[in-house]
Amino acid sequence: MGTLEVRNLVKEFRLGHGLRRSRLRAVDDVSFTLEAGKTVALVGESGSGKSTVARTLARLETPTSGEILLDGRSVSGSRSALRAYRHDVQMVFQDPFASLNPFHTVAHHLERPLQLHGVARGREAVAEQVRGLLERVSLTPTEAYAAKRPHEMSGGQRQRVAIARALAPGARFLVADEPVSMLDVSIRLGVLNLLARLQREENLGVLYITHDLATARHFSDEILVMYKGQVVERGPSDQVILDPQHDYTKTLLAAAPDPARHGRLRDEVRAELAGERA
Amino acid sequence: MTVPVLTAKGVSIEYRTTPVVRAVRDVSLTLHRGEILGLAGESGCGKTTFAYGLTRLLKPPAVLTSGEVVFHDRTGGDVDIAALDGEALRAFRWDKVSMVFQGAMNSLNPVITVRAQIDDVLTTHRPGMPRAERAERAAELLRLVGVDPARLDSYAHQLSGGMRQRVMIAMALALNPQVMIMDEPTTALDVVVQRGILREIMRLREQFGFAVVFITHDLPLLLEISDRIAVMLEGEIVELDTAENIYERPQHAYTRRLLESFPSLVGERGGFVRSGAAAGTSGTGHGPGSGEGPGPDAGPDAVPAGRADSAADTTIEGTA
Repeated sequence: MGTLEVRNLVKEFRLGHGLRRSRLRAVDDVSFTLEAGKTVALVGESGSGKSTVARTLARLETPTSGEILLDGRSVSGSRSALRAYRHDVQMVFQDPFASLNPFHTVAHHLERPLQLHGVARGREAVAEQVRGLLERVSLTPTEAYAAKRPHEMSGGQRQRVAIARALAPGARFLVADEPVSMLDVSIRLGVLNLLARLQREENLGVLYITHDLATARHFSDEILVMYKGQVVERGPSDQVILDPQHDYTKTLLAAAPDPARHGRLRDEVRAELAGERA
Repeated sequence: MTVPVLTAKGVSIEYRTTPVVRAVRDVSLTLHRGEILGLAGESGCGKTTFAYGLTRLLKPPAVLTSGEVVFHDRTGGDVDIAALDGEALRAFRWDKVSMVFQGAMNSLNPVITVRAQIDDVLTTHRPGMPRAERAERAAELLRLVGVDPARLDSYAHQLSGGMRQRVMIAMALALNPQVMIMDEPTTALDVVVQRGILREIMRLREQFGFAVVFITHDLPLLLEISDRIAVMLEGEIVELDTAENIYERPQHAYTRRLLESFPSLVGERGGFVRSGAAAGTSGTGHGPGSGEGPGPDAGPDAVPAGRADSAADTTIEGTA
C-alpha cells in the first residue's frame, strides 16, 4: 500500500559566528510512519520543530542523522534518488500568497511539474492532465481557472492550486505545513475537506502540521505532539485529545479555545479573583 | 452592567477610492461599562475600520460619512467623538479610550526603551506628574500585566512576542481608560501564550472595570471571553447577542457558517467531513447533519452576496 517512514530523525542547525558557535537541535530523535490513505497530524507550539520535520521530510533540509524510508527503502541524498523521491512526496506550504509565482498562470504552475517529472509529454497530453488536476481540487470550470494568475484568486483558491501542483508529479504523500492557517476562517474547512477527500478517494497519505488541535483531531487518524524537538505523546486522535497523558499535551489542550466551553475563561478568572479576595 | 460607555449610531465609513468602498454600513452599537464585546468577522469585513472610526483614527481615503459616536464619561458628561478637534481630541485619546493594535508585535518603538515609551504617554497626558511618580507608575503597569519591572530598560527586540504584547497592554492601561479597543491582540501568538494574555486581560477588566471591544476572526476565542458578540459581514453587523445565544441559537446564516468553521475540540466535528463512513453519522450542533452531500450552508445561495468569489471556496465540500 505504500508507507513513508521516518526513523530517529535528528536535525541540528548551527548558530552564531566565530568562537561563539552553538548548535540548535530542532528535531530530536523523531520516528513515525505515514501510511497511504491515512493522515497523521503533527501538533505543537511555534518553535517545537514541527515545520523542520516537514521540511526535512520534503527533503528541503538534509537530516543531520536518521533515515527516511519510502516503501521500506532508505532514500539516499543523491540527485536522482531525490528526484524519484519527489515524484512521491510533495509539500503544500502555509502561505499561498508566497508559494505561487505572481507572474505565471495557474496552467503554468501545473504544467511545469508535469513536464519536469515526465508525467505528460506533448501539449495536448499536458493540457489534459492540467484539466484533470483542477477537477480533482474542485476548481471548475477548469478552462477559466487555468488561465488565471494568482492575484485573481482568493487564498482558498490559491491553496487549491498549490495542492494540485503537489499532486502533479503523481505524489502519493503530501506534507501539508499549516495549509489553512493563512486562510479566512470560513474557507478553511473547504480546503481541509478537500484534503480529506483526496486522502480517502485517492489513497493519499497526508502529514498535517498544525497548531490547531480541533482540526487535528477531526482530520487525522493519529496525532503526534511535539515539544522542544521531541515527540512527547502519540496515539489515535480521539485518545490524544480526549484522554491526554503528557503534561504538555494537557497544557496545550487547556489553552485551546473551544466554542463548546463558552464563558469558561471569564468564569475561571472570576472564581480566582473571588478566591484571592476571600 | 447595562450602563452605556460608548454609543455608535448609524456609523458609515467609506474609502474614497475608485470605486468607492463602503467599508462600514450604518452600524449601531452600544458598549456597556465593563463589558467585553467581541467583534467577529473575516478579513475585509470592516471590523478594523469600524474600530478606527470609534477612536477617530481613520486616515484618508477613509472617511466617516455619517453617524455619530458618543462617549459617556464616568463623570457623567457625554462627549461626541466625531466633533472633537485638535487638543481636545488629543487629550481624549488614550485617556478615555485606548487601543491595542493589530500586529502589536511590531507596534513598539524599536529604538527607545520600554520605560521611555511608557514615560512618553505619561508626560504627554499627565504633564504635572513628577519623575519619581512616573517611574513608579511604569513599574506598577508592568507588574499589572505580569512582566518583571526590570524589563523597563529593555528594548522591544529583547522581549518575546508575548512580553511585547503585555507591554502594549500595559501602555494601553497607563491612563486608566474606560474603554480599550483590542484589534487581534493575540493572533500572532502561540495558544499557550495567548491564553496567559487573555487571562490577564480578563483579570484587569475585573479589577479596573474598563470595557473592551475585542476584534478577531477567532470565534471560539470570543465565545470564551466575551459577554456579547457582534458578527460583522461586509460592513454590517448581522447579529449581536450574548456569547451563549450566539453559540446555542445563532440566527444568521453567516454566524452559523462561522461556527461551523471551527469544529469543537472535544465535541462534534461540525461541518467537517472526515471519511465516508464517519461523515454519515457525525451530526453537527449547528444545523442539519453535514454528512453525505453538501453541508447545510454549502449551496451558493447560502453564501452572502459579494463573498461568493468561488463556489469552490465557499462550499463546504461534501463526500463526492
